[in-house]
Amino acid sequence: MYKIVEKRQLAPQIYLMEIEAPRVAKSAKPGQFIIVKMDEKGERIPLTVCDYNAAKGTVTIVFQTLGKSTLEMAEYQVGDNFSDFAGPLGQASEFIHEDIEALKQQKIVFVAGGVGTAPVYPQVKWLQQQGVQVDVIIGARNKEMVILEDEMKALGATVYVTTDDGSNGHKGLVTEVLKGLIDNGAQYDHVIAIGPMIMMKFVAKLTKEYNIKTTISLNPIMVDGTGMCGACRVTVGSEIKFACVDGPEFDGHLVDFDEAMRRQAMYKTEEGRAVLEAEKSSHKHTGGCCGGHHHE
Amino acid sequence: MSKTRVPVREQCPKKRVTNFEEVCLGYSLEEATQEASRCLNCKNAKCVGDCPVSINIPGFISHVKKGEIAEAAKVIAEASALPAVCGRVCPQESQCEGKCILGIKGEAVAIGKLERFVADWARENNVDTAQVEPKNGKKVAVIGSGPAGLTCAGDLARKGYEVTIFEALHEPGGVLVYGIPEFRLPKETVVKSEIENLKKMGVAIETNVVIGKTVTIDQLLDEEGFEAVFIGSGAGLPKFMGIPGENANGVFSANEFLTRNNLMKAFKEDYSTPIKAGKKVAVVGGGNVAMDAARTAARLGAETHIVYRRSESELPARVEEVHHAKEEGIIFDVLTNPTQVIIDDKGWVSGLRCIKMELGEPDASGRRKPVEVPNSEFVMDVDTVIMSLGTSPNPLISSTTVGLETNKWQCIVADEETGLTSRERVFAGGDAVTGAATVILAMGAGKKAAKAIDEMLMGKK
Ligand SMILES: Cc1cc2nc3c(=O)[nH]c(=O)nc-3n(C[C@H](O)[C@H](O)[C@H](O)COP(=O)(O)OP(=O)(O)OC[C@H]3O[C@@H](n4cnc5c(N)ncnc54)[C@H](O)[C@@H]3O)c2cc1C
Ligand SMILES: Cc1cc2nc3c(=O)[nH]c(=O)nc-3n(C[C@H](O)[C@H](O)[C@H](O)COP(=O)(O)OP(=O)(O)OC[C@H]3O[C@@H](n4cnc5c(N)ncnc54)[C@H](O)[C@@H]3O)c2cc1C
Ligand code: SF4
Ligand code: SF4
Ligand code: FES
Ligand SMILES: [Mg+2]
Repeated sequence: MYKIVEKRQLAPQIYLMEIEAPRVAKSAKPGQFIIVKMDEKGERIPLTVCDYNAAKGTVTIVFQTLGKSTLEMAEYQVGDNFSDFAGPLGQASEFIHEDIEALKQQKIVFVAGGVGTAPVYPQVKWLQQQGVQVDVIIGARNKEMVILEDEMKALGATVYVTTDDGSNGHKGLVTEVLKGLIDNGAQYDHVIAIGPMIMMKFVAKLTKEYNIKTTISLNPIMVDGTGMCGACRVTVGSEIKFACVDGPEFDGHLVDFDEAMRRQAMYKTEEGRAVLEAEKSSHKHTGGCCGGHHHE
Repeated sequence: MSKTRVPVREQCPKKRVTNFEEVCLGYSLEEATQEASRCLNCKNAKCVGDCPVSINIPGFISHVKKGEIAEAAKVIAEASALPAVCGRVCPQESQCEGKCILGIKGEAVAIGKLERFVADWARENNVDTAQVEPKNGKKVAVIGSGPAGLTCAGDLARKGYEVTIFEALHEPGGVLVYGIPEFRLPKETVVKSEIENLKKMGVAIETNVVIGKTVTIDQLLDEEGFEAVFIGSGAGLPKFMGIPGENANGVFSANEFLTRNNLMKAFKEDYSTPIKAGKKVAVVGGGNVAMDAARTAARLGAETHIVYRRSESELPARVEEVHHAKEEGIIFDVLTNPTQVIIDDKGWVSGLRCIKMELGEPDASGRRKPVEVPNSEFVMDVDTVIMSLGTSPNPLISSTTVGLETNKWQCIVADEETGLTSRERVFAGGDAVTGAATVILAMGAGKKAAKAIDEMLMGKK
């Protein structure tokens, strides 16, 4: 059993939970994820590691309520237990294997969309703690949906916020902010974008034009998370990769986003698919893990 | 004496395709003693030689003859930790029963069905077959809770070792819980109770631990005080064909389809994991896994086809499974090979383009090689495709354990007799070493490794 030791609501549909999972806490790295199963009848839900504390033996997750399971999860309170919590899964972010001095010479910018800000947090934390100064662009629907802004600033990162309605920071899309920064002379060597699939697709499209190395984090449908089922397969370049073991982070310029988005919607009901279609045509995409951020 | 075996009762095909309950109902005590009485109690029993764990077959059967079922159970327990499982899923026709002397002129003794009967009876009557020696204070780690890991753990626990099994999934059992369906191997009654028996012997099971990710083999040895490690991590990585359209929505690996249904119990309304079986399903492949996927799809209400590129006589699946699949209305499209998954404008499967095959010259395996019949392409009208083309070992462990040798199929290299790998104190067995094989072979490997680990740690060798 894995006990919930802290719970906070970060935004109208976004919750943070700190879970007792000593083994996972000890080996977790930025970029990795866990799989939580609430009880006997629950499904296996992949969620990115948002923070970890090896000494305390806890792991922090942040999730957005989307469907049955995440809504149910939001009902859990401090002191309650999840029956299963497996991880850390997937590959850690590439930069943790790089030379720190070399990293310090690089200019890295994170682009975080909606609940995707949560997986960005441990990466920014790790880098800032190693003395690598980074920029972070956080995009959300409105002021209320912006999460972890103060926490990122407290780490010492330079934070730019943008909202669809301009209620916090810039008004508009993360890609506009990124483009603005680049055009004004920010010499970025590496863009790391995590958010709704559609956001990552457009960030990658933009950075391709500028020829800037881009890493994105995929969130396809998963079952086991150990490379056993192939549900999470994605096309990267000309190869098929299993996101749970080969990823979840990939080269954004090589990912087939259209296929990935299509596959992510596989278990939506007919009704749900209709909603998605409607949302697409009104340019308001909210599907996927890190939904909540309009695009296009 | 009868030349034919006592028939075993089965759920009627029409009824069973609508449920997930066990197909074979097993012998009654009366039927079992009657079938047992056919056994000649051969002095030089050929059947034993072809049982990978060398169960004393005439020994246990002679107890069944006399109605001494508890004694029979004890004889089996000397050699096998999972008789209720093997009695159900062993390919008996090519193992023990394949060598039975009665098979020459009539039907072999139904060894598997008798073994199953004894194991079920022993469970229902709480026969305690576990004999555990006093604790010796030595710790051994077992990775994976499939038949290889369970057997190795059981044998070591019996010898007094403190054994911990580390399992990546939330439920122990390996393929027995995520792969083989309920209607062939009931989970609650059979698999769970075999695992409970291990726990009673003192085996600890830590689920949700992915070795190589959560903790490494080196950490187990250097930091957690384990003196030896057995790797029984199976061969779970699914293969795909590499044909166009294979990533369409509605194309699944058999592992995904079966895991959703078996481990996650998607067939039960009140479980959260979804499954999509579609209306018309093509299962590509001809092994046991393909039969299981097809029969599962049929139970979920789909018209189901097996698409296999060789001819029917080459189907690698067990005869019994093919027979059961046919009874359940599965359509066999043999000498047929998929070339493309056709996708509709929303990205879903709308058909499977196939080409007809014919048998040509024998290949390296001695089987006649299927070759394409020119201009014979056609489109099968299906909305779901399940790829069942085999699996290989997952590189999670080999890629995180320095010095652990693997071969070109990603299989861990291990000594056949002892299971010792290229790493000191690290042993391996089962599908992780052989590639996808059988339950009983995995058990046999677990047993051999347990013996070798004991000899090593007791300084016997
Ligand atoms: C590696 C990875 C990391 C993730 N990290 C986060 C995170 O940090 N925070 C967060 O809020 N969400 C994250 N997600 C997404 C999260 O797993 C899904 O939102 C969740 O499973 C939805 O479950 P549901 O039953 O509430 O919704 P449903 O109504 O079942 O599904 C809603 C949508 O969620 C997605 N989804 C459903 N089931 C799965 C599944 N088994 N695996 C993956 N996606 C699924 C699909 O896009 C689906 O259309 C991550 C997913 C992956 C694969
Ligand atoms: C659908 C299907 C039907 C089959 N039908 C039959 C049949 O009728 N008869 C028969 O004899 N054989 C059958 N087989 C084959 C048989 O099930 C396997 O040969 C056997 O289960 C292999 O046992 P194993 O212990 O080596 O591995 P597995 O049963 O595969 O167990 C391996 C376990 O290790 C775990 N694991 C993997 N990696 C890690 C890790 N890094 N850390 C921790 N745990 C890990 C896995 O989650 C799994 O639980 C079938 C197989 C399938 C898939
Ligand atoms: S374990 Fe398998 S091979 Fe051995 S006797 Fe039993 S059914 Fe036959
Ligand atoms: S070979 Fe057949 S008849 Fe002889 S002992 Fe074995 S099961 Fe009995
Ligand atoms: S989630 Fe099953 S292989 Fe990746
Ligand atoms: Mg769900």
